[in-house]
Amino acid sequence: MTGPLLRVRDLSVEFAGEEGTVRAVDGVGFDVAPGEVLGLVGESGSGKSVTAMSVLGLIRPPGRIAGGRVEFRGTDLRTLPEREMRRIRGAEIAMVFQDPMTALNPVLTIGAQIAEAVRLHDRKVSARAARARAADLLRAVGVPDPGQRVRQYPHEFSGGMRQRAMVAMAIANGPALIIADEPTTALDVTVQAQVLALLSTAQRETGAATVLITHDLGVVAEMADRVVVMYAGRVMEHADVRTIFDRPRHPYTRGLLESLPRLDGDAAELPAIPGTPPGMADPPDGCPFHPRCPMARDRCRTERPPLRDVAAGHASACHFHEELGGRGAAAAGEESHA
Amino acid sequence: MTTTSLPRRSGPRGGRPRSRALRRFTRNRPAMAGAVVLAVIVLLAVLAPLIVAHPPDAVNLEAARQGPSARYWLGTDTSGRDVFARTVYAGRVSLLVGLLAAALSVVLGTVLGAVAGLFGRWADTVIMRAADIVMSFPAVVTIMVLAGIVGPSVTILVLAIGVTQWPVAARVVRGVTMSLRDREYLQAARISGARALWLIRTHVVPAALPPVTVTGTLAVAQAIMLETTMSFLGLGVQPPQASWGNMLNDAQNLTLIQTMPWLWIPPGIAIAVTVLAVNFVGDGLRDAVDPRQAAGVRR
Repeated sequence: MTGPLLRVRDLSVEFAGEEGTVRAVDGVGFDVAPGEVLGLVGESGSGKSVTAMSVLGLIRPPGRIAGGRVEFRGTDLRTLPEREMRRIRGAEIAMVFQDPMTALNPVLTIGAQIAEAVRLHDRKVSARAARARAADLLRAVGVPDPGQRVRQYPHEFSGGMRQRAMVAMAIANGPALIIADEPTTALDVTVQAQVLALLSTAQRETGAATVLITHDLGVVAEMADRVVVMYAGRVMEHADVRTIFDRPRHPYTRGLLESLPRLDGDAAELPAIPGTPPGMADPPDGCPFHPRCPMARDRCRTERPPLRDVAAGHASACHFHEELGGRGAAAAGEESHA
Repeated sequence: MTTTSLPRRSGPRGGRPRSRALRRFTRNRPAMAGAVVLAVIVLLAVLAPLIVAHPPDAVNLEAARQGPSARYWLGTDTSGRDVFARTVYAGRVSLLVGLLAAALSVVLGTVLGAVAGLFGRWADTVIMRAADIVMSFPAVVTIMVLAGIVGPSVTILVLAIGVTQWPVAARVVRGVTMSLRDREYLQAARISGARALWLIRTHVVPAALPPVTVTGTLAVAQAIMLETTMSFLGLGVQPPQASWGNMLNDAQNLTLIQTMPWLWIPPGIAIAVTVLAVNFVGDGLRDAVDPRQAAGVRR
């Protein structure tokens, strides 16, 4: 196939509330190539999950997609009738959730739920065959003793095992795209690495592209090929993973990186980005990050910076991205601010 | 949390929560008593032809108005029909109407309640306002009007009771559905490509089943009461077919009440005992599936 598997352009999503309309996603765009892992990074409320739900066509009232295109294999999913969309969900685009405990029905066995995912897209499969397939899938994601495990309920699974079952459900129909929404956030640190490794394996073996939604840059570094950094519903920076970590060209990205604990650093205190993300009902004028930005000047308060290419395959939405030529130059940028 | 295999509990697949409820039910004495009494009544009704010595509609004017005897256990009525036979056969009608009408109201209520809860917005408004309207009409009057228009029959009785009683189940199921709607696993099923009907069948109905069973049981009692009421008023089961209600109607006269108690005591007791038994079973089921709501928790 030529061209990207998923192409999102100018996507805007609004939620009508009593206090007026909130724009949760504002002009977001990115591509996902077949087999690629795209990291979607940002703080809570930055619009990552809403973007994912838009891709699946599952924005429900009071939310609505206000504009933009979501193309999957060249077709705009927004123009597809619900019937076609259902065929794509689960079969072509699958999802792994943050908390496998709440994403699994507590009163149905694990096997029944994986079998459900299978039968939703292949009605010809008998209940028995679907159950057998469920056991195969559990084996494939490394759940020991799958023949017994299919008969157990979610509460009888550990957190890591539950997330494995979720992955089994996601890959049940061989999707071309897996959206993983904070797949390790709800897990113990010790099993996070296992689940990441499993996602990697599943992704490699099925050849599925993955959109990895996370706020954890460590996860991004481990998994992603390219990274989209979101803030307040907008894309702040977009580049391949090496570039993001080595030469960030947006002060928000830089702030995120600096607030990571480092093994080689000796800082007594981790630097944090001051302030809190803006309330989405009343976003700041100009650049949404300017109230927290160490480089902010008058222009940032009035003029909204567009997302511009700063190098091949590297885009930044900062007026002063030139001042952030690399980490060294970043420090210089801070001085000029003072 | 451990990743090692948990010890396997015995019990059939899918049976664990249910077997717990069953255990709670069997420990509940009034409920078990109700279940036993109900079982006896059902057996009597089902095996009626094998039990009674006289056909329920056989008129024998020579043996009219006899008191209880070895030949006629509960005596005979003004047409010489065996009161015991009529009482037992009337039980068939009452139980049949009760079960069918309750089933109809529960199915209607479950579907409508699930749709209202799942879709929300205008579907919810339309269905729940309809429920309010139906509930604001006295059921007896509504059924009387319906029976008056179409003519009394068992079918009309079942339909009328079902149509007037569905809001109870609808409210219960709507509540359960709303509590499920925002659960992630429902969202997960949607993301897997499930449509509304699938969601209702796979996720809503199993979750709503315990409370709906309770509602359904209590609806049986309600339906039996309505059936006897309508038959008593002459708008339900039509003579000569026996029903507890129309048997009471036949005994509606001061002389009969004073001098021939065997005409009205058996159907009266049958109604009271049956409804009481069904209600005990319903309460027991409610306590069994939802111990938090149990009235006066013992143990």
